[in-house]
Amino acid sequence: MQPGPYYQRDRQWQPPALTSDYKTSVSRSPQYSMISLETTVSEITGPVFGHNDIDPIDKDLLSNYAKPGESPIGERIILHGRVLDENAKPVPNTLVEIWQANSGGRYRHKKDTYLAPIDPNFGGCGRTLTDENGYYAFRTVKPGAYPWRNWVNNWRPAHVHISIFGSAFAQRLITQCYFEGDPLIAKCPIVNSIPNPDAVDQLVARLDLNATIPLDTIAYKFDIVLRGRRSTLFENRPEGN
Amino acid sequence: MRQTLDYLKETPSQTAGPYVHIGLAPGAAGFDIYAQELGHDIAGPNAKGERIRVEGRVIDGMGSPIKDVLLEAWQANTDGIYAHPEHLGEVEDGFRGWGRVIPDFDTGNWTFETVKPGAVTDLNGRQMAPHISLWIVARGINVGLQTRLYFSDETSANAADPVLNLIEWERRRATLIAERTDSDGTPVYRFDIKLQGEDETVFFDI
Repeated sequence: MQPGPYYQRDRQWQPPALTSDYKTSVSRSPQYSMISLETTVSEITGPVFGHNDIDPIDKDLLSNYAKPGESPIGERIILHGRVLDENAKPVPNTLVEIWQANSGGRYRHKKDTYLAPIDPNFGGCGRTLTDENGYYAFRTVKPGAYPWRNWVNNWRPAHVHISIFGSAFAQRLITQCYFEGDPLIAKCPIVNSIPNPDAVDQLVARLDLNATIPLDTIAYKFDIVLRGRRSTLFENRPEGN
Repeated sequence: MRQTLDYLKETPSQTAGPYVHIGLAPGAAGFDIYAQELGHDIAGPNAKGERIRVEGRVIDGMGSPIKDVLLEAWQANTDGIYAHPEHLGEVEDGFRGWGRVIPDFDTGNWTFETVKPGAVTDLNGRQMAPHISLWIVARGINVGLQTRLYFSDETSANAADPVLNLIEWERRRATLIAERTDSDGTPVYRFDIKLQGEDETVFFDI
């Protein structure tokens, strides 16, 4: 039995390639139309990851780069949620990777020359696998906003970069998670590369007091949706895929 | 009652930014944090087939190589089988078929080593010429770009390939063909990806 193809990516929901207010896209956006391709076996397959690929500490940015007994400066947060597909089915055992600036808004990267200090106890990256219900969780610090060279006075809202695989190369996605209440979200040319305000809202993690650890760590919930696929009967999974 | 279609919408994509290596290849960004990095080894030592090297650059609309790019490669083994449970057949131990490709941050040149994939029989029986799928992210790229690398020494398979044949402008098909040269015994395929311009690489909406 043949597995179902993936739903077409909604190109009017996704940002277009050319968004001139985000200036770097001007010279890096293809000018010709993409060729539309029905997904072949090359796109409905993709890399598979397992627990031997990563270490449990990889998802804890409070300790994965800190010296023993020390921890990063900043607001301690839990960033958690579920990875679902467009049919609202959980995507289990998939790799989620994150990277971010420290609480001052500085990245651990030699090209980042922002004046905020490097935090000696913060690397700024983490990774985990979703569980059987598509659930993931990281411990980290809330990243700081920072200025960047686009217009003279652009500031990026606090954000965490997120990379997700899903179960097929067609689902591959990199996005950014923003934080509820940040006044910089509405001003950011990268955020505004997304044409639909409802789509922007989908990138804003909500404060989640239910998931906090009292007197320890505050929490934000961020669900991620990957492309869905048409249901096709599997011989070994008669209930559908 | 008004019926609703209760599908969710795909999470919008955002650029990977200039610091994508911090997250996906921190060793390349200059710091060791993980016991092992992912995507270094597309085809391990036990992988069957011809060992090849692929070299290239990603070039922007001003003709400059992009130095903060990250590519991911996805390919079948020499028998045309993907290391994935939905593709029928087994692959040999150590063949993963997936890799991360990182440029030299000064020149923008990148290179990766793998085995040449075999022709892939699609689930509906169509035969696709040997190819490597590539996914490209960088600062300024709002949604990751999908393309394919085909091999210049597969002339007849390429001529029959159903995906290449979808490209109406025959001259543009050449943008997906990597040129083979042999240097010091290892076959080297050259594949430059151009984001804009007359020889703009073909990208796919999959």
